[in-house]
Amino acid sequence: MSAPPDDCLARNEWICGDYLSSRSEILADAVVQHLRLTGASLALGVAVAVPLALLARRRRWAAAPVLGVTTVLYTIPALAMFSLLLPVYGLSASLVVAGLVLYSLTLLVRNLLAGLDAVPDDIRRAARGLGYGPTRLLLAVELPLALPAAMAGLRIAAVSTVSLVTIGAIVGHGGLGNLIYSGMNTYFKAQVLTASVLCVLLAVAADLLLLGAQRLLTPWTRGQDR
Amino acid sequence: MTTLAAAWAWLTTAAHWSGEDGIGHRLTEHLLLTGAGLALSCLIALPVALALGHLGRGGALAVNLANAGRAVPTFAVLVLLLLGPLGPYDPWPTVVALVLFAVPPLLTNAYVGVRGVDADVVRAARGMGMTGRQVLARVELPLALPLLLTGVRVAAVQLVATATVAALAGGGGLGRIITAGFNLASTPQVLAGAVLVAGLALLVEGLFEAVRALVPAAPRTRDRP
Repeated sequence: MSAPPDDCLARNEWICGDYLSSRSEILADAVVQHLRLTGASLALGVAVAVPLALLARRRRWAAAPVLGVTTVLYTIPALAMFSLLLPVYGLSASLVVAGLVLYSLTLLVRNLLAGLDAVPDDIRRAARGLGYGPTRLLLAVELPLALPAAMAGLRIAAVSTVSLVTIGAIVGHGGLGNLIYSGMNTYFKAQVLTASVLCVLLAVAADLLLLGAQRLLTPWTRGQDR
Repeated sequence: MTTLAAAWAWLTTAAHWSGEDGIGHRLTEHLLLTGAGLALSCLIALPVALALGHLGRGGALAVNLANAGRAVPTFAVLVLLLLGPLGPYDPWPTVVALVLFAVPPLLTNAYVGVRGVDADVVRAARGMGMTGRQVLARVELPLALPLLLTGVRVAAVQLVATATVAALAGGGGLGRIITAGFNLASTPQVLAGAVLVAGLALLVEGLFEAVRALVPAAPRTRDRP
Protein backbone atom coordinates (compact mmCIF):
# COMPACT_ATOMS: atom_id res chain seq x y z
CA MET A 1 0.00 0.00 0.00
CA SER A 2 1.39 3.33 -0.98
CA ALA A 3 0.67 6.37 1.13
CA PRO A 4 -1.80 8.87 -0.37
CA PRO A 5 0.09 11.52 -2.36
CA ASP A 6 0.80 14.64 -0.36
CA ASP A 7 0.16 17.24 -3.07
CA CYS A 8 -1.95 20.38 -3.12
CA LEU A 9 -4.97 18.39 -4.35
CA ALA A 10 -4.85 16.12 -1.33
CA ARG A 11 -4.39 19.10 0.99
CA ASN A 12 -7.35 20.83 -0.74
CA GLU A 13 -5.51 24.11 -1.23
CA TRP A 14 -7.09 27.10 -2.98
CA ILE A 15 -4.31 27.53 -5.51
CA CYS A 16 -3.17 24.30 -7.03
CA GLY A 17 -1.00 23.82 -10.12
CA ASP A 18 -1.73 20.07 -10.15
CA TYR A 19 -5.41 20.85 -10.54
CA LEU A 20 -4.72 22.92 -13.63
CA SER A 21 -2.55 20.24 -15.23
CA SER A 22 -4.68 17.22 -14.30
CA ARG A 23 -8.09 18.75 -15.13
CA SER A 24 -7.14 20.92 -18.08
CA GLU A 25 -9.58 19.04 -20.30
CA ILE A 26 -12.54 19.55 -17.95
CA LEU A 27 -11.65 23.22 -17.64
CA ALA A 28 -11.35 23.66 -21.40
CA ASP A 29 -14.73 21.96 -21.93
CA ALA A 30 -16.35 24.22 -19.34
CA VAL A 31 -14.83 27.34 -20.90
CA VAL A 32 -16.03 26.27 -24.36
CA GLN A 33 -19.55 25.61 -23.01
CA HIS A 34 -19.48 28.97 -21.22
CA LEU A 35 -18.44 30.76 -24.42
CA ARG A 36 -21.05 28.92 -26.51
CA LEU A 37 -23.86 29.82 -24.10
CA THR A 38 -22.71 33.45 -23.91
CA GLY A 39 -22.23 33.78 -27.66
CA ALA A 40 -25.55 32.20 -28.56
CA SER A 41 -27.41 34.34 -25.99
CA LEU A 42 -25.84 37.58 -27.19
CA ALA A 43 -26.35 36.80 -30.88
CA LEU A 44 -30.00 35.92 -30.33
CA GLY A 45 -30.40 38.89 -27.98
CA VAL A 46 -29.18 41.28 -30.68
CA ALA A 47 -31.35 39.55 -33.29
CA VAL A 48 -34.43 40.14 -31.13
CA ALA A 49 -33.47 43.54 -29.71
CA VAL A 50 -32.83 45.33 -33.01
CA PRO A 51 -36.32 44.73 -34.49
CA LEU A 52 -37.89 45.50 -31.10
CA ALA A 53 -36.04 48.80 -30.81
CA LEU A 54 -36.90 49.74 -34.39
CA LEU A 55 -40.54 48.85 -33.79
CA ALA A 56 -40.59 50.92 -30.59
CA ARG A 57 -39.20 53.85 -32.58
CA ARG A 58 -41.38 53.59 -35.66
CA ARG A 59 -44.63 53.01 -33.82
CA ARG A 60 -44.81 55.24 -30.79
CA TRP A 61 -47.55 53.10 -29.19
CA ALA A 62 -45.11 50.18 -29.03
CA ALA A 63 -42.44 52.09 -27.11
CA ALA A 64 -44.01 51.95 -23.64
CA PRO A 65 -44.91 48.22 -23.70
CA VAL A 66 -41.51 47.22 -25.16
CA LEU A 67 -39.58 49.19 -22.54
CA GLY A 68 -41.96 48.14 -19.76
CA VAL A 69 -41.84 44.41 -20.52
CA THR A 70 -38.06 44.31 -20.97
CA THR A 71 -37.60 46.18 -17.68
CA VAL A 72 -39.89 43.80 -15.79
CA LEU A 73 -37.97 40.84 -17.26
CA TYR A 74 -34.79 42.28 -15.78
CA THR A 75 -36.19 42.21 -12.22
CA ILE A 76 -36.99 38.47 -12.29
CA PRO A 77 -34.31 36.66 -10.26
CA ALA A 78 -32.10 34.48 -12.47
CA LEU A 79 -32.94 31.42 -10.40
CA ALA A 80 -36.67 31.96 -10.94
CA MET A 81 -36.20 32.73 -14.63
CA PHE A 82 -34.44 29.43 -15.30
CA SER A 83 -36.95 27.52 -13.17
CA LEU A 84 -39.95 29.11 -14.89
CA LEU A 85 -38.61 28.25 -18.36
CA LEU A 86 -38.17 24.62 -17.28
CA PRO A 87 -41.61 23.39 -18.47
CA VAL A 88 -40.96 24.96 -21.89
CA TYR A 89 -37.42 23.80 -22.57
CA GLY A 90 -36.68 20.99 -20.12
CA LEU A 91 -33.17 20.49 -18.73
CA SER A 92 -31.35 21.83 -21.77
CA ALA A 93 -28.87 24.43 -22.90
CA SER A 94 -31.68 26.20 -24.79
CA LEU A 95 -33.29 26.97 -21.43
CA VAL A 96 -30.21 28.84 -20.24
CA VAL A 97 -29.87 30.64 -23.59
CA ALA A 98 -33.55 31.66 -23.56
CA GLY A 99 -33.25 33.07 -20.03
CA LEU A 100 -30.09 34.99 -20.85
CA VAL A 101 -31.60 36.40 -24.06
CA LEU A 102 -34.52 37.75 -22.04
CA TYR A 103 -32.09 39.40 -19.60
CA SER A 104 -29.94 40.97 -22.30
CA LEU A 105 -33.00 42.52 -24.00
CA THR A 106 -33.38 45.31 -21.43
CA LEU A 107 -29.85 46.60 -21.87
CA LEU A 108 -29.74 46.14 -25.64
CA VAL A 109 -33.12 47.73 -26.45
CA ARG A 110 -32.60 50.65 -24.07
CA ASN A 111 -29.15 51.54 -25.37
CA LEU A 112 -30.10 51.14 -29.02
CA LEU A 113 -33.11 53.42 -28.52
CA ALA A 114 -30.97 55.96 -26.66
CA GLY A 115 -28.43 55.88 -29.47
CA LEU A 116 -31.07 56.35 -32.19
CA ASP A 117 -32.72 59.16 -30.24
CA ALA A 118 -29.38 60.94 -29.90
CA VAL A 119 -28.91 61.24 -33.69
CA PRO A 120 -29.07 65.01 -34.30
CA ASP A 121 -32.11 66.15 -36.25
CA ASP A 122 -29.89 68.28 -38.51
CA ILE A 123 -28.13 65.19 -39.77
CA ARG A 124 -31.43 63.44 -40.41
CA ARG A 125 -32.75 66.46 -42.34
CA ALA A 126 -29.51 66.75 -44.30
CA ALA A 127 -29.73 63.08 -45.32
CA ARG A 128 -33.37 63.52 -46.38
CA GLY A 129 -32.37 66.59 -48.37
CA LEU A 130 -29.80 64.47 -50.19
CA GLY A 131 -32.62 62.17 -51.23
CA TYR A 132 -32.21 59.35 -48.68
CA GLY A 133 -35.33 57.22 -48.24
CA PRO A 134 -36.35 55.98 -44.79
CA THR A 135 -34.56 52.60 -45.14
CA ARG A 136 -31.34 54.07 -46.48
CA LEU A 137 -31.49 56.79 -43.81
CA LEU A 138 -31.76 54.11 -41.14
CA LEU A 139 -29.03 51.83 -42.49
CA ALA A 140 -26.52 54.41 -43.73
CA VAL A 141 -26.97 57.24 -41.24
CA GLU A 142 -28.93 56.45 -38.09
CA LEU A 143 -27.66 52.96 -37.23
CA PRO A 144 -23.95 53.82 -37.67
CA LEU A 145 -24.40 56.93 -35.51
CA ALA A 146 -26.25 54.90 -32.87
CA LEU A 147 -23.53 52.26 -32.88
CA PRO A 148 -21.36 53.60 -30.00
CA ALA A 149 -24.33 53.69 -27.61
CA ALA A 150 -25.57 50.31 -28.81
CA MET A 151 -22.11 48.79 -28.41
CA ALA A 152 -21.89 50.19 -24.87
CA GLY A 153 -25.12 48.32 -24.11
CA LEU A 154 -23.78 45.18 -25.76
CA ARG A 155 -20.61 45.32 -23.65
CA ILE A 156 -22.59 45.56 -20.41
CA ALA A 157 -24.89 42.78 -21.61
CA ALA A 158 -21.90 40.59 -22.50
CA VAL A 159 -20.26 41.04 -19.10
CA SER A 160 -23.54 40.37 -17.25
CA THR A 161 -24.28 37.34 -19.44
CA VAL A 162 -20.87 35.77 -18.78
CA SER A 163 -21.50 36.09 -15.07
CA LEU A 164 -25.15 34.93 -15.20
CA VAL A 165 -24.28 31.77 -17.16
CA THR A 166 -22.99 30.39 -13.85
CA ILE A 167 -26.57 30.21 -12.50
CA GLY A 168 -27.30 27.79 -15.37
CA ALA A 169 -25.59 25.23 -13.13
CA ILE A 170 -29.00 24.63 -11.56
CA VAL A 171 -30.02 22.82 -14.78
CA GLY A 172 -26.54 21.40 -15.42
CA HIS A 173 -25.72 23.81 -18.25
CA GLY A 174 -23.73 26.52 -16.54
CA GLY A 175 -20.30 26.30 -18.19
CA LEU A 176 -17.83 27.20 -15.47
CA GLY A 177 -20.80 27.46 -13.09
CA ASN A 178 -21.08 23.65 -13.21
CA LEU A 179 -17.54 23.39 -11.84
CA ILE A 180 -18.32 25.94 -9.12
CA TYR A 181 -21.51 24.09 -8.21
CA SER A 182 -19.90 20.65 -8.05
CA GLY A 183 -16.87 22.14 -6.30
CA MET A 184 -19.20 23.55 -3.66
CA ASN A 185 -20.85 20.17 -3.07
CA THR A 186 -17.52 18.35 -2.80
CA TYR A 187 -15.73 21.15 -0.92
CA PHE A 188 -13.11 21.31 -3.69
CA LYS A 189 -11.42 24.68 -3.16
CA ALA A 190 -9.02 24.66 -6.13
CA GLN A 191 -11.87 23.91 -8.56
CA VAL A 192 -14.11 26.69 -7.22
CA LEU A 193 -11.35 29.30 -7.26
CA THR A 194 -10.02 28.33 -10.69
CA ALA A 195 -13.50 28.36 -12.27
CA SER A 196 -14.36 31.70 -10.63
CA VAL A 197 -11.15 33.34 -11.82
CA LEU A 198 -11.64 31.96 -15.34
CA CYS A 199 -15.18 33.34 -15.33
CA VAL A 200 -13.97 36.85 -14.46
CA LEU A 201 -11.23 36.59 -17.08
CA LEU A 202 -13.82 35.59 -19.70
CA ALA A 203 -15.94 38.62 -18.82
CA VAL A 204 -12.97 40.97 -19.10
CA ALA A 205 -11.89 39.37 -22.39
CA ALA A 206 -15.41 39.69 -23.82
CA ASP A 207 -15.51 43.36 -22.79
CA LEU A 208 -12.14 44.13 -24.38
CA LEU A 209 -13.02 42.20 -27.54
CA LEU A 210 -16.23 44.19 -28.00
CA LEU A 211 -14.40 47.43 -27.25
CA GLY A 212 -11.92 46.55 -30.00
CA ALA A 213 -14.75 45.70 -32.39
CA GLN A 214 -16.39 49.03 -31.62
CA ARG A 215 -13.16 50.91 -32.37
CA LEU A 216 -12.87 49.10 -35.69
CA LEU A 217 -16.51 49.67 -36.61
CA THR A 218 -16.60 53.36 -35.71
CA PRO A 219 -13.25 54.77 -36.82
CA TRP A 220 -14.71 58.30 -36.83
CA THR A 221 -15.06 58.36 -33.04
CA ARG A 222 -11.36 57.77 -32.48
CA GLY A 223 -9.59 60.75 -31.03
CA GLN A 224 -12.90 62.19 -29.94
CA ASP A 225 -13.17 60.40 -26.62
CA ARG A 226 -10.36 62.07 -24.74
CA MET B 1 -53.75 30.41 -17.01
CA THR B 2 -53.93 27.12 -15.10
CA THR B 3 -50.34 27.58 -13.91
CA LEU B 4 -51.20 31.05 -12.63
CA ALA B 5 -54.26 29.70 -10.84
CA ALA B 6 -52.21 26.86 -9.36
CA ALA B 7 -49.54 29.33 -8.20
CA TRP B 8 -52.24 31.45 -6.59
CA ALA B 9 -53.65 28.35 -4.92
CA TRP B 10 -50.17 27.48 -3.66
CA LEU B 11 -49.72 30.97 -2.26
CA THR B 12 -53.08 31.01 -0.51
CA THR B 13 -52.73 27.59 1.12
CA ALA B 14 -52.32 28.27 4.83
CA ALA B 15 -50.01 25.28 5.32
CA HIS B 16 -47.42 26.82 3.00
CA TRP B 17 -47.07 29.87 5.23
CA SER B 18 -45.99 28.20 8.47
CA GLY B 19 -43.03 26.12 9.57
CA GLU B 20 -39.33 26.05 8.76
CA ASP B 21 -39.90 25.93 4.98
CA GLY B 22 -42.98 28.16 5.14
CA ILE B 23 -43.33 31.47 3.34
CA GLY B 24 -43.36 33.39 6.64
CA HIS B 25 -39.99 32.08 7.77
CA ARG B 26 -38.38 32.37 4.32
CA LEU B 27 -39.69 35.92 3.93
CA THR B 28 -38.19 36.91 7.30
CA GLU B 29 -34.88 35.35 6.29
CA HIS B 30 -34.97 37.17 2.97
CA LEU B 31 -35.69 40.51 4.65
CA LEU B 32 -32.91 39.98 7.19
CA LEU B 33 -30.39 39.01 4.51
CA THR B 34 -31.17 41.93 2.20
CA GLY B 35 -31.55 44.36 5.11
CA ALA B 36 -28.19 43.42 6.60
CA GLY B 37 -26.57 43.44 3.15
CA LEU B 38 -27.98 46.85 2.30
CA ALA B 39 -27.13 48.42 5.67
CA LEU B 40 -23.55 47.14 5.63
CA SER B 41 -22.93 48.12 2.00
CA CYS B 42 -24.31 51.62 2.64
CA LEU B 43 -22.06 51.94 5.70
CA ILE B 44 -19.06 51.02 3.57
CA ALA B 45 -19.85 52.64 0.22
CA LEU B 46 -21.47 55.97 1.12
CA PRO B 47 -18.74 57.47 3.36
CA VAL B 48 -16.05 56.43 0.89
CA ALA B 49 -18.02 57.87 -2.04
CA LEU B 50 -18.72 61.12 -0.19
CA ALA B 51 -15.08 61.52 0.78
CA LEU B 52 -13.83 60.74 -2.75
CA GLY B 53 -16.45 62.98 -4.32
CA HIS B 54 -15.68 65.83 -1.92
CA LEU B 55 -11.95 65.58 -2.54
CA GLY B 56 -12.42 64.96 -6.26
CA ARG B 57 -10.01 62.04 -6.11
CA GLY B 58 -10.17 58.47 -7.32
CA GLY B 59 -12.84 59.29 -9.90
CA ALA B 60 -11.72 56.68 -12.43
CA LEU B 61 -11.76 54.02 -9.72
CA ALA B 62 -15.17 55.04 -8.37
CA VAL B 63 -16.77 55.20 -11.81
CA ASN B 64 -15.32 51.94 -13.11
CA LEU B 65 -15.96 49.96 -9.94
CA ALA B 66 -19.58 49.30 -10.91
CA ASN B 67 -18.51 47.88 -14.28
CA ALA B 68 -15.83 45.74 -12.69
CA GLY B 69 -18.32 44.45 -10.10
CA ARG B 70 -20.63 43.18 -12.84
CA ALA B 71 -17.92 40.84 -14.11
CA VAL B 72 -17.76 38.91 -10.83
CA PRO B 73 -20.55 36.32 -10.56
CA THR B 74 -22.32 36.59 -7.20
CA PHE B 75 -22.75 32.83 -7.16
CA ALA B 76 -18.98 32.32 -7.46
CA VAL B 77 -18.32 34.84 -4.67
CA LEU B 78 -20.88 33.10 -2.48
CA VAL B 79 -19.34 29.66 -2.98
CA LEU B 80 -15.81 31.02 -2.45
CA LEU B 81 -16.91 32.56 0.85
CA LEU B 82 -18.75 29.38 1.80
CA LEU B 83 -15.58 27.29 1.41
CA GLY B 84 -13.47 29.98 3.09
CA PRO B 85 -12.99 30.72 6.77
CA LEU B 86 -16.43 32.40 6.97
CA GLY B 87 -18.14 29.21 5.81
CA PRO B 88 -19.33 27.80 9.13
CA TYR B 89 -20.96 31.05 10.31
CA ASP B 90 -24.24 30.56 8.53
CA PRO B 91 -25.75 33.76 7.21
CA TRP B 92 -22.43 35.62 6.90
CA PRO B 93 -21.18 34.18 3.60
CA THR B 94 -24.47 35.27 2.01
CA VAL B 95 -24.43 38.69 3.66
CA VAL B 96 -20.82 39.35 2.66
CA ALA B 97 -21.51 38.19 -0.93
CA LEU B 98 -24.47 40.57 -1.06
CA VAL B 99 -22.33 43.41 0.32
CA LEU B 100 -19.66 42.76 -2.31
CA PHE B 101 -22.43 42.78 -4.93
CA ALA B 102 -24.03 46.04 -3.75
CA VAL B 103 -21.00 48.18 -2.86
CA PRO B 104 -19.73 48.90 -6.41
CA PRO B 105 -22.96 50.40 -7.86
CA LEU B 106 -23.70 52.25 -4.60
CA LEU B 107 -20.24 53.79 -4.57
CA THR B 108 -20.39 54.76 -8.23
CA ASN B 109 -23.83 56.39 -7.96
CA ALA B 110 -23.01 58.29 -4.77
CA TYR B 111 -19.72 59.51 -6.23
CA VAL B 112 -21.43 60.69 -9.40
CA GLY B 113 -24.06 62.42 -7.24
CA VAL B 114 -21.52 64.37 -5.22
CA ARG B 115 -19.45 65.27 -8.28
CA GLY B 116 -22.63 66.39 -10.03
CA VAL B 117 -23.19 69.21 -7.54
CA ASP B 118 -22.87 72.56 -9.31
CA ALA B 119 -19.25 73.68 -8.96
CA ASP B 120 -20.38 77.33 -8.65
CA VAL B 121 -22.47 76.48 -5.60
CA VAL B 122 -19.50 74.76 -3.97
CA ARG B 123 -17.23 77.73 -4.76
CA ALA B 124 -19.84 80.11 -3.35
CA ALA B 125 -19.99 78.06 -0.14
CA ARG B 126 -16.18 78.16 0.12
CA GLY B 127 -16.26 81.91 -0.51
CA MET B 128 -18.69 82.32 2.37
CA GLY B 129 -16.00 80.85 4.59
CA MET B 130 -17.38 77.36 5.03
CA THR B 131 -14.85 74.71 5.98
CA GLY B 132 -14.47 71.58 3.89
CA ARG B 133 -16.57 69.62 6.36
CA GLN B 134 -19.33 72.23 6.30
CA VAL B 135 -19.35 72.29 2.50
CA LEU B 136 -19.74 68.51 2.47
CA ALA B 137 -22.42 68.37 5.17
CA ARG B 138 -24.48 71.46 4.29
CA VAL B 139 -24.05 71.84 0.53
CA GLU B 140 -22.81 68.74 -1.26
CA LEU B 141 -24.70 66.12 0.76
CA PRO B 142 -28.15 67.76 0.57
CA LEU B 143 -27.78 68.50 -3.13
CA ALA B 144 -26.54 64.98 -3.90
CA LEU B 145 -29.25 63.37 -1.75
CA PRO B 146 -31.78 62.64 -4.52
CA LEU B 147 -29.18 60.78 -6.63
CA LEU B 148 -27.83 59.10 -3.53
CA LEU B 149 -31.28 57.81 -2.59
CA THR B 150 -31.85 56.61 -6.15
CA GLY B 151 -28.63 54.63 -5.92
CA VAL B 152 -29.68 53.09 -2.60
CA ARG B 153 -33.13 52.26 -4.02
CA VAL B 154 -31.69 50.52 -7.08
CA ALA B 155 -29.25 48.60 -4.87
CA ALA B 156 -32.07 47.54 -2.51
CA VAL B 157 -34.25 46.24 -5.35
CA GLN B 158 -31.32 44.36 -6.91
CA LEU B 159 -30.39 42.90 -3.52
CA VAL B 160 -33.91 41.52 -3.09
CA ALA B 161 -33.61 39.71 -6.43
CA THR B 162 -30.00 38.63 -5.93
CA ALA B 163 -30.51 37.23 -2.43
CA THR B 164 -32.39 34.33 -4.07
CA VAL B 165 -29.02 32.99 -5.26
CA ALA B 166 -28.24 32.10 -1.65
CA ALA B 167 -30.64 29.17 -2.01
CA LEU B 168 -28.35 27.58 -4.62
CA ALA B 169 -25.71 27.32 -1.93
CA GLY B 170 -28.10 26.07 0.75
CA GLY B 171 -28.69 29.48 2.32
CA GLY B 172 -32.06 30.82 3.42
CA GLY B 173 -34.51 33.28 1.91
CA LEU B 174 -37.29 33.12 -0.66
CA GLY B 175 -34.94 31.46 -3.15
CA ARG B 176 -35.48 28.25 -1.18
CA ILE B 177 -39.13 28.21 -2.25
CA ILE B 178 -37.96 28.42 -5.87
CA THR B 179 -35.30 25.71 -5.55
CA ALA B 180 -37.72 23.46 -3.63
CA GLY B 181 -40.29 23.94 -6.39
CA PHE B 182 -37.59 23.23 -8.95
CA ASN B 183 -36.63 19.96 -7.26
CA LEU B 184 -40.28 18.93 -7.03
CA ALA B 185 -40.77 19.93 -10.72
CA SER B 186 -43.64 22.08 -9.44
CA THR B 187 -44.00 25.07 -11.74
CA PRO B 188 -46.77 26.63 -9.60
CA GLN B 189 -44.46 26.69 -6.59
CA VAL B 190 -41.59 28.18 -8.62
CA LEU B 191 -43.94 30.83 -9.99
CA ALA B 192 -45.23 31.52 -6.48
CA GLY B 193 -41.64 32.00 -5.28
CA ALA B 194 -40.84 34.31 -8.19
CA VAL B 195 -44.01 36.32 -7.53
CA LEU B 196 -43.07 36.68 -3.87
CA VAL B 197 -39.59 37.96 -4.78
CA ALA B 198 -40.94 40.34 -7.40
CA GLY B 199 -43.63 41.55 -4.98
CA LEU B 200 -41.04 42.19 -2.30
CA ALA B 201 -38.87 44.09 -4.81
CA LEU B 202 -41.85 46.26 -5.80
CA LEU B 203 -42.68 46.84 -2.13
CA VAL B 204 -39.12 47.99 -1.44
CA GLU B 205 -39.27 50.27 -4.47
CA GLY B 206 -42.57 51.74 -3.22
CA LEU B 207 -41.12 52.25 0.25
CA PHE B 208 -38.25 54.28 -1.18
CA GLU B 209 -40.65 56.33 -3.29
CA ALA B 210 -42.61 57.10 -0.13
CA VAL B 211 -39.45 58.14 1.72
CA ARG B 212 -38.42 60.34 -1.18
CA ALA B 213 -41.80 62.04 -1.14
CA LEU B 214 -41.19 62.93 2.51
CA VAL B 215 -37.72 64.38 1.88
CA PRO B 216 -37.86 68.15 1.25
CA ALA B 217 -38.04 68.53 -2.51
CA ALA B 218 -36.03 71.72 -2.94
CA PRO B 219 -33.15 70.43 -5.09
CA ARG B 220 -35.22 67.98 -7.08
CA THR B 221 -36.71 70.38 -9.58
CA ARG B 222 -33.27 71.60 -10.55
CA ASP B 223 -32.10 68.15 -11.60
CA ARG B 224 -34.43 68.05 -14.55
CA PRO B 225 -32.65 68.87 -17.77
